[in-house]
Amino acid sequence: MTELVNGKGLTLVPKTDVKQTLKDFKSDQEVRWCPGCGDYAILAAVQSFLPELGLRRENIVFVSGIGCSSRFPYYLNTYGFHSIHGRAPAIATGLAASRPDLSVWVITGDGDALSIGGNHLIHALRRNVNLNILLFNNRIYGLTKGQYSPTSEVGKITKSTPMGSLDKPFNPISLAIGAEASFVARTIDSDRKHLQSVLREATAHRGTSLVEIYQNCNIFNDNAFEQLKDPDVRDDITLRLEHGQPIASASKAVVRGANGTLEVVPRDGLSDDQILVHDAHNPDPSVAFALSRLDEPAFEHVPIGIFRSVDRPSYDTLMAQQLDDAAAQKGPGDLNELLMGGDTWRIG
Amino acid sequence: MAKQVQQLDRVIIRFAGDSGDGMQLTGDRFTAGTAEFGNDLSTLPNFPAEIRAPAGTLPGVSSFQLHFADHDILTPGDAPNVLVAMNPAALKANLPDLPRGADIIANTDEFTKRNLQKVGYAANPLEDDSLREWRVHAVPLTSLTVKALEDFDLSKKDAERSKNMFALGLLSWLYHRPTEHTISFLEQKFAKKPDIAKANIAAFQAGWNYGETTESFSVSYEVKPARLAPGVYRNISGNQALAYGLIAASVQAKLPLFLGSYPITPASDILHELSRHKQFGVRTFQAEDEIAGVGAALGAAFGGALGVTTTSGPGVALKAETIGLAVTTELPLIVVDVQRAGPSTGMPTKTEQTDLLMAMFGRNGESPVPIVAPMSPSDCFDAAVEAARIAVKYRTPVMLLSDGYLANGSEPWRLPDVSELPDISQSFTTEPNGEDGVFLPYKRDSETLARPWAIPGTAGLEHRIGGIEKADGTGNISYDPDNHDLMVRTRAAKIAGIDVPDLEVDDPDGDANVLVIGWGSTYGPIAAAVRRIRNAGGKVAQAHLRHLNPLPANTGDVLKRYDKVLLPEINLGQLALLLRARFLVDVISYNRVRGLPFKAEELAGVIQDVIDSD
Repeated sequence: MTELVNGKGLTLVPKTDVKQTLKDFKSDQEVRWCPGCGDYAILAAVQSFLPELGLRRENIVFVSGIGCSSRFPYYLNTYGFHSIHGRAPAIATGLAASRPDLSVWVITGDGDALSIGGNHLIHALRRNVNLNILLFNNRIYGLTKGQYSPTSEVGKITKSTPMGSLDKPFNPISLAIGAEASFVARTIDSDRKHLQSVLREATAHRGTSLVEIYQNCNIFNDNAFEQLKDPDVRDDITLRLEHGQPIASASKAVVRGANGTLEVVPRDGLSDDQILVHDAHNPDPSVAFALSRLDEPAFEHVPIGIFRSVDRPSYDTLMAQQLDDAAAQKGPGDLNELLMGGDTWRIG
Repeated sequence: MAKQVQQLDRVIIRFAGDSGDGMQLTGDRFTAGTAEFGNDLSTLPNFPAEIRAPAGTLPGVSSFQLHFADHDILTPGDAPNVLVAMNPAALKANLPDLPRGADIIANTDEFTKRNLQKVGYAANPLEDDSLREWRVHAVPLTSLTVKALEDFDLSKKDAERSKNMFALGLLSWLYHRPTEHTISFLEQKFAKKPDIAKANIAAFQAGWNYGETTESFSVSYEVKPARLAPGVYRNISGNQALAYGLIAASVQAKLPLFLGSYPITPASDILHELSRHKQFGVRTFQAEDEIAGVGAALGAAFGGALGVTTTSGPGVALKAETIGLAVTTELPLIVVDVQRAGPSTGMPTKTEQTDLLMAMFGRNGESPVPIVAPMSPSDCFDAAVEAARIAVKYRTPVMLLSDGYLANGSEPWRLPDVSELPDISQSFTTEPNGEDGVFLPYKRDSETLARPWAIPGTAGLEHRIGGIEKADGTGNISYDPDNHDLMVRTRAAKIAGIDVPDLEVDDPDGDANVLVIGWGSTYGPIAAAVRRIRNAGGKVAQAHLRHLNPLPANTGDVLKRYDKVLLPEINLGQLALLLRARFLVDVISYNRVRGLPFKAEELAGVIQDVIDSD
């Protein structure tokens, strides 16, 4: 992943010379998630990652919606805005588009981002505002106590679906790539090293980065991602995506099938050049999309890592450019000139 | 033969045709010429929501009414003196508004059997004597236009398109309007298609010459310039004035303007206008929906911008939750509601005052919001600055209630002296305000009760805000019962304590028994009606509310000073409900909800009835 272009995402955000530690990013508020919640691990990973960026703490903003994960901003000693259900991408868009000197993060969940806020999410991705969106996916509604979510598997038995849920779930990665997001990645709450490596690339990316984090809800949907954590099977089902590297797990590999679709086959007997090499920078999103479908419908082989990272001008940069261009063409705004600008006449 | 010239003190003209006939443009150009000439004027565009309704049908009729005079006027006029009817539908739709004796200029070319049938005329009204009580000028506008453009290399269809300019030329002759302006306008508008420009100019001049030579028009009319207050004027619509007001507010508040908006009739022109002035640092964001529009504006406000969202009633309904978030996070935000006829989609291009109670109460919880309502198209400028002043000073969302009549109507505007606009700037908080260098985001200013506005990028003031109830002072999440009670009351007290000017009463002799009170766009018709009563020797007082929340401190005193209080509203009595509840005054409501402004004559009758009643 070192080949990805670094240092562009937050170049406009002021840096600090003061050495920061995890402690600097802890707020004075007591963390109130259920004991054992995957959110703790993500919070710790983010708090210990932020000092690495060397940004002035006051130039970092966490914006969230509603849900368990959306309490996140209260626990970080940065600026924070805990908003309303589903709307965090919209609020963060206004903030980031008008303040390129800020590092703006959106913390959201599968219900917040994909149900009530689905529209804002896809439009943020399409616009490519400079945001880092962390989508905590636990495939269940937690704060409302256990209804199925838009990422729950079909047939999910919950309080609101005693006979099983009927609707097909969203795959957040497919959705994001479908919206032609410029940066799309998946990681997992329990793997701090991988999570932080993805955050590193996400922050280096200028534009909207979407990071899906598989997060365990030990109360309402425990062990939803157990296969990816179980030492006996995880190396077989996890397909690590690394740019320029063959896509394979310990026992399986991704190849192009006869009709051009991607297939997962036993790795034994395959030479490296038969295995699909990951190209995260491919402007065409179709291969990344195909990769995102490999775990469908069963959770048998799951790509983890950066699916897609392409350069595309960010919305805030383009917007600022238009302001500069207008001022260059018309001169700085002059109120008197504006008011007198129409057809005027004088009396007396 | 020299034609007779007759002096008039005022004229009301209505141009009416198919929505594709260019009636709005025609009216607009006639208005520009009239403004240039120096008359006072007021306009009322009236058009269907459909962009091109089926040709020749009643729903497709688009009209533009202009009232101009040699004295100051207050409304676009009740009833036209002249109707230009480009087809039978335009005649049929507008005839009920036309007083007997008025002039009708009808385009005979369009009075074909088929077009007559489309609108249910069994016989041609231009020929069957049914219009004998009006002065009908039957003019083959289309064929005269085509004939005038014979020498141009244009298809018949293209030549016919210029018939509105022929009509404009004829009317310009009839009322002695200057022509240079229209000619230069056409040259500019069609700069890239010089042939079309020339054709339109030729059609315009042919219309003028037709008036000059034909016997159908024996008299032309002069309306002398009005004696208005000295100053520089321009003609302006409410939406344009509102957009300019927002830019001025941004300059006077020393804050960059951020508009988050989703297109909606009749508010979209504010988005269009603001997007043309990026040199002022104006950021316009066309959002994916109404909710994102207000959300982005609020996010920008959190970052230190003057956040604005513009919409109409259906959009306000969608934005309600975010406005509530702005109430509780106590951030400045301007919500512009250009009201239109409802409920639901209602009649998008028609006006109404039916969102007052939604603006007051349309959110969950106790979530008070200040409300400002402009009273005329040009007042939209000042009202926007005032809304921004309140938003910034008190850190609150503010509702700015315009409406479709103000938005699209226009009037001459005496330009303000920019150097005399109020300074509405407030400082961001940059230092900790608590003990031991602690920052307390909900520690309030003792006078205004506003909380500090500390924006990201300010070292040492990092803090978290949100929709969950906050502890007084620290802003930390709090479920404490007494704290909630305190915060609910404090937010209410902050809004109730906003400094708004006293309500002024116009009661020339101070001895009227009846007060007419109104709010918003009804100012013009009410004032015109009051004038009629006084001209006839009657006594009536008038007051008009620009601040609906909080109400001016003397509102109750004013209401109680009069035996009877009459309140005309283009709703079913929304302000009346508030005034009755608040002041226990037996307000007499007068309500019409026709999608159109009141007529002065209608209101004068209502006022007289109240004066005469025991």
